Amino acid sequence: MTEPAPAPPFLLRRDDPPEGPARLALGGRLELAQAATLWAGLGAALARPAPRGLEVDLAGVEVLDGAAAAMLAHAAEAARCAGGEVRFTGAAPDVAELLAWHARAGRPCLRPAPAGEPILTHVGRATLAIGRETREGLDFLGQAVRAATAAVRFPRTVNWRDAAAVLERAGADGVPIVVSIAFLTGMIMAFQSAMQLKQFGAEIFTADLVGISMTRELAPLMTAIIVAGRSGAAFAAELGTMRVSEEVDALRTLGLCPYRYLVFPRVAALVVAMPLLAALADLVAVAGGLFVALLTLDLTGRAYLVQTQQAIDPVDVVSGLLKAGVFGLIVALIACERGLHARGGAEGVGRATTSAVVTCLFAIVAVDAVFAVLFHVYGV
Amino acid sequence: MIHVEGLTIGWGARVLMRDVSFDVARGDVFVVLGGSGCGKSTLLRHLIGLERPMAGRIAIERLGAPRDACVGRGAAPAFGVMFQSGALLGSMTLAENVGLPLRTWTDLPPAAVEAVVRAKLALVGLDGFENHLPNELSGGMKKRAAIARALALDPPLVFLDEPSAGLDPVSAVELDDLLLALNRALGLTLVVVTHELQSIFAIATRCIMLDREAQGIIARGDPRWLRDHGDDPRVRRFFNRQAAPTAPAGA
Ligand SMILES: Nc1ncnc2c1ncn2[C@@H]1O[C@H](COP(=O)(O)OP(=O)(O)OP(=O)(O)O)[C@@H](O)[C@H]1O
Ligand SMILES: [Mg+2]
Repeated sequence: MTEPAPAPPFLLRRDDPPEGPARLALGGRLELAQAATLWAGLGAALARPAPRGLEVDLAGVEVLDGAAAAMLAHAAEAARCAGGEVRFTGAAPDVAELLAWHARAGRPCLRPAPAGEPILTHVGRATLAIGRETREGLDFLGQAVRAATAAVRFPRTVNWRDAAAVLERAGADGVPIVVSIAFLTGMIMAFQSAMQLKQFGAEIFTADLVGISMTRELAPLMTAIIVAGRSGAAFAAELGTMRVSEEVDALRTLGLCPYRYLVFPRVAALVVAMPLLAALADLVAVAGGLFVALLTLDLTGRAYLVQTQQAIDPVDVVSGLLKAGVFGLIVALIACERGLHARGGAEGVGRATTSAVVTCLFAIVAVDAVFAVLFHVYGV
Repeated sequence: MIHVEGLTIGWGARVLMRDVSFDVARGDVFVVLGGSGCGKSTLLRHLIGLERPMAGRIAIERLGAPRDACVGRGAAPAFGVMFQSGALLGSMTLAENVGLPLRTWTDLPPAAVEAVVRAKLALVGLDGFENHLPNELSGGMKKRAAIARALALDPPLVFLDEPSAGLDPVSAVELDDLLLALNRALGLTLVVVTHELQSIFAIATRCIMLDREAQGIIARGDPRWLRDHGDDPRVRRFFNRQAAPTAPAGA
């Protein structure tokens, strides 16, 4: 196929005798390896119409494989459509049989090839999709609430084994990354604020800044982002795969509600895991601040910690942890919703996972903003 | 065409088959039989080079050992494979699935690929479904599309894992006819895993029967002969569709 073959190992010749049908003689080896040449040859030979019909002489054919048979059948069909009689003659029984098998395509294509759609169609489709997704989302929310109430009323029907496994994977296994990011964030915060506060001789307030901003805002936010990337993506991919391989449907036929069996354990586990991770992040972030203070400021560790203790109100910590719990709730809900509504195959799972993470990140920030307003209004 | 010698295979440390040898001749329709879970699909995975045997040798004529698609520029596959589950690529239409090897490994222009793909789909009765996605098809249709894909490059050797499972009797007979026609007209060598007795008697020129307890081949030869003259009770039960005698408790 790679070296240029000057003479193809097959014969293809068209004669137009003055009387009778045109003759197309084929011979030699007609195989996939020469199929491109054969295709071009057939195209050229049949470019001229054959008003008195065409007789394809296959007597000289030594080998005919499936691809060549398909092309011959296609060419014959095209010639017939152009209005000429086409006959195959001289074919050995094997060749005739193969040709017959490959000329079976009779049904017109049931669906046009997917093509790029005009912009307006696209916009319309996207708009309809928003409506559908909203409906699906609300439906999901309702089902999730129903699953939660059922779980509270009949706690023994809950899949606690899954919940424990998810708690371990989403919570315990996430500790290293949460700890390292919280420590680094605490250090960065401390370093940046110390640089500024030093100019006023107010280095000690670094402790206030780090303590309050981390516990109220940054620790829950960073933790939620990490959890969205780790566990949100995992939930969506897991449930999405189960969905497209009909495992979710199988659960239903076994009498198990997917919301109670799959969604509730994940939501419950994240609602528990998130505040724990955020609390850990609080502690580690203060440690990060302390580390910077000891390195770059003339403060004793004791002074820093005492200052931190005075600066932080228990309400700061509790409000942060409350937010973390809510973040856990929405990450789990969004991820499970996207997963359960995945459609198509592997590609659909990929789309569901992407969408889950993006939506989670947006929702986290939006909910955080709502909390900021609420806390301000109620003076928390 | 295929030479297997002293093959031992399994998963992890668990041995499924010990010291198995057999040959598949060119032009054979070689059928692999055996109860569910005895390792037929696993054997197939080894033959096509997806798994490494624990011991033994597999040689495919003109290829030596099975080759690896990830080495160098890769090479056109020397044989076609249909997996038990079909394994169509879910994000591609049927035409794209069947056309993928043609587009990759031949220099055919798109119109020619289209003509070949259409004929291949028609072979398995799926003309018209070119632009459907796999998840819009029934289980049997997916199977047939996977067969069309296995045949796309007109390979001299094709492995089929339960091609007629899940097909209605008419489609199953048509599929048998197709396989026989390709075998006759092109000398196509077929290695087929199947349980369908009618299909076995219709197409097989030779068969081997595997058994889980025996960890190997318990019978080989022409299935019709085995049916009529086989003396192994397990073989007779298989061909006569009899249940195994219930083992005594605790055995
Ligand atoms: N990926 C795997 N890892 C470990 N064990 C496996 C794996 N796939 C299959 N097995 C084991 O190997 C054995 C044989 O499986 P295989 O799929 O080859 O059976 P089979 O003969 O094709 O059965 P069937 O007729 O039902 O398709 C089974 O007992 C199964 O438990
Ligand atoms: Mg199998």
